[in-house]
Amino acid sequence: MSERLVEPPAVWADLRTRTGPALLVSRVGTFCLVELQKLRHDRSELVTRAVQPILWLVIFGTTFSHIRAIPTGGIPYLDFLAPGVIAQSALFIAIFYGIQIIWERDAGVLTKLLVTPTPRAALVAGKAFAAGVRSVAQAVIVVVVAALMGVAMTWNPLRLLGVVLVVMLGAAFFSCLSLSIAGLALKRDRLMGIGQAITMPLFFASNALYPVEMMPGWLQVVSHVNPLTYEVSALRGLLLGTPTSYWVDFGVLVGSAVAGIVCAAALIGRLAR
Amino acid sequence: MTAAIDIRALGYSFGSHVAVDDLTLEVEAGECFGLLGPNGAGKTTTIRLLNTLLPLQSGEVEIFGRSVRTDAMLVRRLLGYVPQQLSIEGALTGRENVEWFARLFDVPRRERSARVDEVLEMVDLRADESRLASTYSGGMVRRLELAQALVNRPALLVLDEPTVGLDPVARDSVWQRVAQMQRDHGMTVLLTTHYMEEADELCDRVALMHRGRLRALGSPTELKAAAGTGASLEDVFRHHTGEALDDGEKGGLSSVRATRRTARRLG
Repeated sequence: MSERLVEPPAVWADLRTRTGPALLVSRVGTFCLVELQKLRHDRSELVTRAVQPILWLVIFGTTFSHIRAIPTGGIPYLDFLAPGVIAQSALFIAIFYGIQIIWERDAGVLTKLLVTPTPRAALVAGKAFAAGVRSVAQAVIVVVVAALMGVAMTWNPLRLLGVVLVVMLGAAFFSCLSLSIAGLALKRDRLMGIGQAITMPLFFASNALYPVEMMPGWLQVVSHVNPLTYEVSALRGLLLGTPTSYWVDFGVLVGSAVAGIVCAAALIGRLAR
Repeated sequence: MTAAIDIRALGYSFGSHVAVDDLTLEVEAGECFGLLGPNGAGKTTTIRLLNTLLPLQSGEVEIFGRSVRTDAMLVRRLLGYVPQQLSIEGALTGRENVEWFARLFDVPRRERSARVDEVLEMVDLRADESRLASTYSGGMVRRLELAQALVNRPALLVLDEPTVGLDPVARDSVWQRVAQMQRDHGMTVLLTTHYMEEADELCDRVALMHRGRLRALGSPTELKAAAGTGASLEDVFRHHTGEALDDGEKGGLSSVRATRRTARRLG
């Protein structure tokens, strides 16, 4: 065998690159950018996904405004409902986000992502906040529709920034829930079924449609461990100025997003076996 | 000199099925090395072990002196990988697909655009870079994947059956580019194939694998000489395994593929 003379690989110079938090931030940014690029190439999903929240506002919201059956603490029911519908549309996007990763697995893209210098947690965080980007795009549509229907929301840019953050964090948690289920279920149709089965309970066992105080005792307990409740509370506080404890809301949202990322990162490798 | 790939006593089983069995192999820096064998021989598993996709069960693998077991993140930075399956994000343009991987490999921002230009140029896709990748032909997708794998200037390029499913023209164009890049950049290339003629033409050395074990190792010329005058690599394979390339156990290629498809569907 002949000994070859080869220059040291040029890549050695590149080895001293990002690690730790800088790498995490960079990867999250990359996946968010890719999500925006995909959205730019195909906006049809934004439109089709807008149908359901608009129906909730227009039909459910208007009807229940007339009935006045739900005590909302003095604000019109449509106003009360709007933040709930924002949270709901973000939830629907996030809860089916795991399907995308199964699709990426089937298409071989996940394999390639897993051999880039991207730790599992950074990959999952990237995906989670990419789901957030898509959810925010959807939330913008719902906010605009609600405003057109006369919902009196804030236009304070700082509060709107807070809304973006809340929607991102909520989507991050629910997409990680979806990614975790994907890691366990491993199949698209199974994930679809589980997603369908848990979305409505998550939605109904939250304060999105009615105040927690109206619920029977056991449902109140469920509602208190449901991150969607805290997402809706924060959104209502930010958009309508209703009283809420932001510390608790953000604490729960950040905590559940981190827990979701850790859990999904541990399970995601199962998809590549 | 450090070997590009140093595999020692590597073993891997899926349940009771032994996919790789006590494999020891060294690939020198700068060579084009071919891993040959029928489907089910353990080539892909070997590759998935050395690119950190599967956790090691037994044995050791070092890439340029870095352990796959303990230094996975550094090993990944050294690798360019093109999997067997055509895999591209169809909802992005060709260029966006390459930029995505440039970012994932931390190609510095100021160099990124030039590097992406360079690799797209290399695979002859500059003219089509703004089209959605979902509109690309199979050959174009493979070339785009090469561009993705090269954008971080890997020290080791790993190609798993890179020409399966391509028409002869596309296949030639992929191989030409691989050969040229290997010549121009002194990159180490590890590829798997079951096209004997390809290995014969491209590889400095080849290893024959069969049922997870290494059966023969050497330059195509050496192996052919050992199998007798005028032998092709096909004959070499038969010589070393006592079986024809395409009818291994369980009825050969088609049945293995069907099994794999089923396995994938069943998750």
